[in-house]
Amino acid sequence: MTTTMTTTMLDDFLIRAALAGAGIALIAGPLGCLVVWRRMAYFGDATAHAAILGVALALAFDVSIILGTVAVTLAMALTVSGLGSRGHSEDATLGVLAHGSLALGLVAISFVPGVTVDLQAYLFGDILAVSRGDLAVIWAGAALVLALIWWRWSRILTAILNPELAVSSGIDPRRESLVMTVTLALTVALSLKVVGALLVAAMLIIPAAAARSFARTPERMALVAALLGLLAVIAGLQGSLRFDSPAGPSIVSAATLIYVVAVMLGPVLARRAAR
Amino acid sequence: MNVAVQAKAPAAAPLIRTRQIDIGYAGLVALKGVSLQIAKGEIVTVIGPNGSGKSTLIKALLGLIEPQGGSIERAPGLTIGYVPQNLAIDANLPMTVARFLSLPVRHSAGTTAAMLERVGVPGAQSKQMADLSGGQFQRVLLARALLANPQILILDEPTQGLDQPGIAAFYKLIEEVRKERGCAVLMVSHDLHVVMRATDRVICLNGHVCCEGAPDAVLEAPEYRALFGDGTRGAFALYQHHHDHSHDQGEGHGHDHGHQHAHYHDHDHDNDHAG
Repeated sequence: MTTTMTTTMLDDFLIRAALAGAGIALIAGPLGCLVVWRRMAYFGDATAHAAILGVALALAFDVSIILGTVAVTLAMALTVSGLGSRGHSEDATLGVLAHGSLALGLVAISFVPGVTVDLQAYLFGDILAVSRGDLAVIWAGAALVLALIWWRWSRILTAILNPELAVSSGIDPRRESLVMTVTLALTVALSLKVVGALLVAAMLIIPAAAARSFARTPERMALVAALLGLLAVIAGLQGSLRFDSPAGPSIVSAATLIYVVAVMLGPVLARRAAR
Repeated sequence: MNVAVQAKAPAAAPLIRTRQIDIGYAGLVALKGVSLQIAKGEIVTVIGPNGSGKSTLIKALLGLIEPQGGSIERAPGLTIGYVPQNLAIDANLPMTVARFLSLPVRHSAGTTAAMLERVGVPGAQSKQMADLSGGQFQRVLLARALLANPQILILDEPTQGLDQPGIAAFYKLIEEVRKERGCAVLMVSHDLHVVMRATDRVICLNGHVCCEGAPDAVLEAPEYRALFGDGTRGAFALYQHHHDHSHDQGEGHGHDHGHQHAHYHDHDHDNDHAG
């Protein structure tokens, strides 16, 4: 951590952490909704666990971590969606890939010579150590992911609803599925520093699931998910400071708490909406 | 309204034509040498038992799967309105009727309102899709298909889950829509014994085209008897709307019809919609 005079806001590690978390929350919200709607929660896990393998490869070949994780998560995401469309049992295949790549990644990291790696940081995130450079990568990546799904949103939504319906509207569901796969892989790679490989899927799914109670349209749900994710980041960081708890898990715990409240509020809101 | 005399479709170039298409999955033959065509403004009903390749045929016509043999020709710039069978919307996906109708192409509130009125569910815009009855759901699907201004409507088992008056009302609506817009209609049904009266042609499918022709002719065809058995003695009800008492399918469900008409098969009043 820098000890020079803190003249700008970005020198504060807490501000950087909050901004990094915010960037992730903004993309994890809408993307998490897509994951929930397509019931591909396990897919998120498989991709996230593969990121550890990406870290190992990046260290071994001395390339940047983000490059390594993007490459491997992308490869994993494409493999998984490829297998799925060939009629393999997706559930079991995903289970094998998710845990296999995690284990392989952990073993691979242990073999990387001359590097003492803080494995914890990749498994659970190290949001408090986010640098200005990390922040730039996260926000640039988040902007790219947001732009991609903003552009394709209605098409992706139609394809999720029903492939035949999509085709009849001139949409190729396979292409939309690919867009989703790529953005998901990018999101996972970007989130690694913030919440870590084990909890990336949580950041995708929990805010989205919590947002369901507050939404009557898909767009509203995506927006609310992003906002709840943001709330979880802020509350989690606060909690982490106060209780000296690890930041990543604290953020996910905050998200879970929000989810519980949302689920309890759900029936009340539904009754009010029905009038 | 009596429409016993139907204007035959002009013998122009067909909207869709398949030539000897073969489609199989994993070594199983789904369709073999299927040739058919649908002309402008024509109503064609495809009937076939479960597993006869109906869904495969629809997927191929829509362009979701490519036939391994033969070819499919579509009129240039062909617009298709597709009404899927059992559109299962994930319980975690909030969707108002208005939003659904604008997927993927946005339509103005006025257009949407007029269309909902036309199909008999006026003012349903802000309802959740999941809260609609089976009949209402089917009409909303039809509305969405019609908003694309299709040259051909493709309906997959459109009357599944509807009760008898519901089926009659839906068929009547389809017939009116065809008259108003001149679009062709391709309807697929596993109900071997009830075919819409206004059907110009019936195609019996069982992996291949067993027989084809005007409803009365098909009824007499030995292939039809062989395929569907003599058990019903050709109880091939041509569904005309002699149910002139009006049951407004647009409103609610679960009311007791208690009608005394003789029908050929049992029906239940389950309107299947995802709770």
